[in-house]
Amino acid sequence: MDFSFTDEQQMLQDSIQRYLESSYTLEHRAGILAGNAGWSQSTWNELAELGLLALDIDEADGGIGAGPVGTMLASQTIGAGLLVEPFHSSAVVATRVVSSLARGTQREQLLGALASGEAIAVLAHDEDADWFAPRTSTAARAGDGWRLQGRKVCVSHAPMAHWLLVSARVGDGVGVFVVDRDAAGVALREYRTVDGMRAAEIDFDVMLAADTRLGDADARQALDEALDRGIAALCADALGVLDRILAATVQYTRDRVQFGTAIGRLQALQHRMADMYMQVEQARSMTYLATSACLQSDARARRDAVCGAKVVVGQAARKVGQEAVQLHGGMGMTDELDVSHCFKRLLAFELRMGCTDEHLAHYRGLVQSRAA
Amino acid sequence: MDLNFSADEIAFRDEVRAFVATHLPADIRDRVQRGDERHVADDLRRWQRILFEHGWGAAMWPAEFGGTGWDKTRQYLFDIECFAADAPIQLPFGLKMVAPVIMRYGSDAQKARFLPRILDGTDWWCQGYSEPGSGSDLASLKTRAERDGDHYVVNGQKAWNTLGQHADWIFCLVRTDAAAKPQRGISFLLIDMKTPGIRVQPTRLLDGRHEVNEIFFDDVRVPVENLVGEENAGWTYAKFLLGHERTNIAGIGASRRELARLKRMAGHARRHGAPLLDDSIFATRIAQVELELKALEVTNLRVIFAEARQQAPGPEASMLKIRGTEILQRISELQIEALGPRALQFDGDGEDVPRAVGQYMNLRKLSIYGGSNEIQRNIIAQMVLQL
Ligand SMILES: Cc1cc2nc3c(=O)[nH]c(=O)nc-3n(C[C@H](O)[C@H](O)[C@H](O)COP(=O)(O)OP(=O)(O)OC[C@H]3O[C@@H](n4cnc5c(N)ncnc54)[C@H](O)[C@@H]3O)c2cc1C
Repeated sequence: MDFSFTDEQQMLQDSIQRYLESSYTLEHRAGILAGNAGWSQSTWNELAELGLLALDIDEADGGIGAGPVGTMLASQTIGAGLLVEPFHSSAVVATRVVSSLARGTQREQLLGALASGEAIAVLAHDEDADWFAPRTSTAARAGDGWRLQGRKVCVSHAPMAHWLLVSARVGDGVGVFVVDRDAAGVALREYRTVDGMRAAEIDFDVMLAADTRLGDADARQALDEALDRGIAALCADALGVLDRILAATVQYTRDRVQFGTAIGRLQALQHRMADMYMQVEQARSMTYLATSACLQSDARARRDAVCGAKVVVGQAARKVGQEAVQLHGGMGMTDELDVSHCFKRLLAFELRMGCTDEHLAHYRGLVQSRAA
Repeated sequence: MDLNFSADEIAFRDEVRAFVATHLPADIRDRVQRGDERHVADDLRRWQRILFEHGWGAAMWPAEFGGTGWDKTRQYLFDIECFAADAPIQLPFGLKMVAPVIMRYGSDAQKARFLPRILDGTDWWCQGYSEPGSGSDLASLKTRAERDGDHYVVNGQKAWNTLGQHADWIFCLVRTDAAAKPQRGISFLLIDMKTPGIRVQPTRLLDGRHEVNEIFFDDVRVPVENLVGEENAGWTYAKFLLGHERTNIAGIGASRRELARLKRMAGHARRHGAPLLDDSIFATRIAQVELELKALEVTNLRVIFAEARQQAPGPEASMLKIRGTEILQRISELQIEALGPRALQFDGDGEDVPRAVGQYMNLRKLSIYGGSNEIQRNIIAQMVLQL
């Protein structure tokens, strides 16, 4: 057992933090949110220079090979920095999907473009069904290539992606296909998410070349692994936000004077913050557990830990977010302080990659199957 | 003991229901349903006018000032029916806040000048109490009013002013005696928003709405005749006003409406191939909050009953505020859960989507304003439990 991080891992975290604190201020971020594109190419280039876009690419593929733990630390820092660029969508989830499925020159080309920041890819996976349920999108042989049909919802960062990695049923199995976002037969309905990011609902009816499929084996296991690692990284992102919102709340109550005293001196509020602190620590423990499970080969244990983490972190996100706004009083309701932006990112966390209830249902199933 | 409404009361409720069904304009109702606030000022004024023309402009006023003279039970039923039919709210600032103060403490000239224009919706009022440094600790407020001949000269800054961008008038607490104890040096002033030296600056809320403002006063000259009651006695009037603000504070009408909406949403949403409402866990959550609301409804009626005997609501009104706001916030959380990932979408279409998410964020205010829920708990501890 070892809960410490290597010097290298810590240096990585420090360098991201320094970069975000100096360059990614709330004002800078507000400008990005207000723009048409909803992201900043120059920020993206700087993330590439810091090596962040190659972080979760294996060394054998020319990446940094930081693995789940390095990705966790980076995600935590990125969450705390409220970054809206597609780090999680492209450099974690899509990168993992490509890493586990693509072969040969396809692998080289895709990973090379993702690592350098030349291209952004996002996984188009969610459908209007349940998070774990079978998919309705399909791909069928058509001439030399494929015909892909279906609808995907809540595809984060699709509007700025070059490639959509689309999961679809192929016969009895599942395949993932690389689709140009601008291809004929791809229709995006773009929208803003509650935390200021961009996403889209996408309809596909598109003809694809034979070599657009990632690998040729059934992709189910690879997808599950990428999704689990993605959820673990998303938990780490939320953990970073939780740390920031708690620190901001404690500081605010130290500074805010009412009735001749700092409100942080009031025991009624101290107890509330003590509870927030405990929730954040429980969220941290579960994030570590999920990350650690991503290092193991047991796929079922990994899924169980990841689902458990999504529930505990999701519940902390709800409670701590609400309490932080409350303890800021009217200031918590404005867009001026970091608290409201953290609050919204925590709300979005609850809703992304399977809502709290979905993951709780998975865990409930475990309890019931053990009892039987 | 009999917890049923009387035949008269039920007939009254049916009358209100029928009136609102026929007189609430469809375009206003649709906007209220969608949570579309783009025409809020216009919608509120139009609805006030319709009610006024029917003699129902002020459910809570005595008949001598043009009110309905209804008792609290009828006011309660009226409120519930209006919400159920998706009528817009009637803004409290004129009707429920400044008017009772003017009726009780204002001069005859003030009554004649201001009350009719509140009743028919001509004047829009806003509340100028809070300041950046004075929220929960309102008595520490710093905005000054100095006497200069037959005027007060007002300087300072108010914060968190709701919908003041549409307002014709603002009622303000101002400091008129800096030497006295905080509560003793405060006066209650009525200020025309068009007076030179007033600047209204929007504060953007977390849901992107422009609902509150900062208001700056820079040598604003206010005629002495706009002082309510006596100089330096404003704190008494403010406390009186707070009592009135709490009538219907439980917000039963709003919670009932949103609970019904939640059930509709859970009936449409599908989880594991079946309606979410069939999911026993989600249905249990709805049942839980419905029971909390039921308990609060009866508690509210008990307070109304007691009030009919003792006039002003006592400290138990704090309980109605706390529970009412917590329940409405809980219902809005469940609406988000019913939407699931679709709640991520903030500016898109789809009937309940933007409304539910925006509302969830916006309703965080309920436990902050009107005396925060922490302050209300202090009141229960001190005034009710005598701790
Ligand atoms: C959307 C919105 C609309 C509003 N509209 C108006 C308006 O129209 N007119 C107007 O005058 N005001 C308005 N307000 C202001 C509102 O009344 C204040 O926000 C409220 O009184 C709280 O004050 P504050 O924001 O300064 O928070 P603070 O008083 O600084 O409180 C911060 C936190 O500390 C807690 N706290 C403070 N003191 C104590 C204590 N003694 N014990 C325990 N906990 C304590 C509070 O409950 C809160 O959680 C509005 C506010 C909002 C958010």
